[in-house]
Amino acid sequence: MSKYELVVGLEVHAQLLTKSKMFCGCSADSWDAPPNSHTCPICLAMPGMLPVINREAVAQTIRAGLALNCTIAEEAVFARKNYMYPDLPKGYQISQYELPLCVNGWLDIDAGEGTKRIRITRAHLEEDTGKLVHAGDVSLVDLNRAGVPLLEIVSEPDLRSIEEVNEYLSRLRQILVYIGVNSGNLERGAMRMEANISLRPRRSAELGTKVEIKNLNSFRAVRNALEYEVARQTRILDSGGEVEQVTLGWLEHEGRTYVQRTKESAHDYRYFPEPDLPPLFIERAWVEELAAGLSELPLARRARFESEYGLSRADADVLVGARATADFYEAAVAATGDAMTPKQVANWMMGDLFRLVKESGKPLQEASITPAMFAELLTLVANKTINANTGSRVLKTMFQTGEGAATIVEREGLAQVSDADVLAQAIERVLAAHPDEVGRYRDGQTKLLGWFMGQVMRETRGKADPNLVRQMLMERLQR
Amino acid sequence: MSTLSADQVRYVAELVKLALTDEETELFAGQLSAVLDYASALEEVDTSRVAPTATVLPLRSVMREDKVEPGLSVDEALANAPEKQDGYFRVHAVLEGGQ
Ligand SMILES: [Zn+2]
Repeated sequence: MSKYELVVGLEVHAQLLTKSKMFCGCSADSWDAPPNSHTCPICLAMPGMLPVINREAVAQTIRAGLALNCTIAEEAVFARKNYMYPDLPKGYQISQYELPLCVNGWLDIDAGEGTKRIRITRAHLEEDTGKLVHAGDVSLVDLNRAGVPLLEIVSEPDLRSIEEVNEYLSRLRQILVYIGVNSGNLERGAMRMEANISLRPRRSAELGTKVEIKNLNSFRAVRNALEYEVARQTRILDSGGEVEQVTLGWLEHEGRTYVQRTKESAHDYRYFPEPDLPPLFIERAWVEELAAGLSELPLARRARFESEYGLSRADADVLVGARATADFYEAAVAATGDAMTPKQVANWMMGDLFRLVKESGKPLQEASITPAMFAELLTLVANKTINANTGSRVLKTMFQTGEGAATIVEREGLAQVSDADVLAQAIERVLAAHPDEVGRYRDGQTKLLGWFMGQVMRETRGKADPNLVRQMLMERLQR
Repeated sequence: MSTLSADQVRYVAELVKLALTDEETELFAGQLSAVLDYASALEEVDTSRVAPTATVLPLRSVMREDKVEPGLSVDEALANAPEKQDGYFRVHAVLEGGQ
């Protein structure tokens, strides 16, 4: 164990799922759109244009705040954050400063057997900047993204390891996707992170010098940058040096941080209340309405899956991973009724069904199979109309053709053979064809039973009731 | 009577990326000081019984529905750009720190 303790706080910028931008009617979804094709006089900062607040962006921010256990402000004010940069047409970003929409929340993360509570300082609403493309000695500016609503979530420095950071980010992403305020698509920039990091000697109460790492665009980048910084700062502290208070950038392809700004050159943002936007008074009735519309959150749902369906935490965790998956599971359990236990339904889902979904490369909700169809298949297995292996095969066909299980079983003649006479004949044929193996089995090589089982299954084209075959084979071979 | 120093003027000019000559710095130090003096008259008002506010207008909670509306064409958007390239605004390369 290192002699230093890592202390991390995170700022996460999550793109909200509105149709239009934060302060104008331009489309907020500009992925794949030609540069500067989603602009208007407002987001281009033409003189005299006035912004108007997107109500849905405020609603999504409040929902996120509620999901993160925040207090929702009675009065929220937008503020100007002033700085000059080519991706910022107005020369300021409209953000929130003194009176953010959401404050004092928390997020529970898994830590060993239990959970750890990470405090959320604030969650506020702001507008995104444009995008810069660097091309030699010029930079190209695309303002499609300028003005797209961003939710900024700031945590307290409560994270103590890179694993905790990763867990926090995964949980946060999961929640935001669950409540429908973020796509979770990091490849498309849906979440961008900044980390505040310091090291201190273990058992020290004082915080070390804080360093800020910017432009972290994936969870992997966060992990790599933190590992790099821990190593760098450990070397400095070990040699008796002092860590300088700086703002760093992260160069993913080179795997190193670089100094963007020193303390002396730090920005002076000169925040002041945005005079073009009247303050928001958030009515409690609206907050209650938004709270009532929130779905059950992943950790609560996982706990319920454990207690209500008797699942292990690991299984429950997988099933609540995405809301569509959890919804599918619950619908399948309900439709299967008493035919199978919820645990068996979970096993079928996480085994065969997940494999097919993965192979298809598309999410479960786009598959042609519904929970009711899945339940029909499981019921056929449970009542022994088909055996488990046939069940897997039928599921695959269902997945490909969208047909019902019973239709496929009937058309392909897959119903399980439990007729003792038919099975006895098949067994006789197998034994007659393999006298050597019969002899070896009778000389004590009883593990050949599995091999005989396979031969009989082949003889019956996989349709035999395996339990019955096993029982009949053992009796027959002992004679 | 507040007097802005030349250093303060240079600092503010740097924040907004303006290159000032020494003469301009002198000139604006005087002008901006006068502006600040004018506004400082407000400090004489007794506000001890007035709650802070972010606005002097009676408007509150003005919001619009989340609806996409047509904006400008790429050509219109770039019409005033001093330099453009492939549908982008073109500016001098911006890089920070050791990049
Ligand atoms: Zn616009």
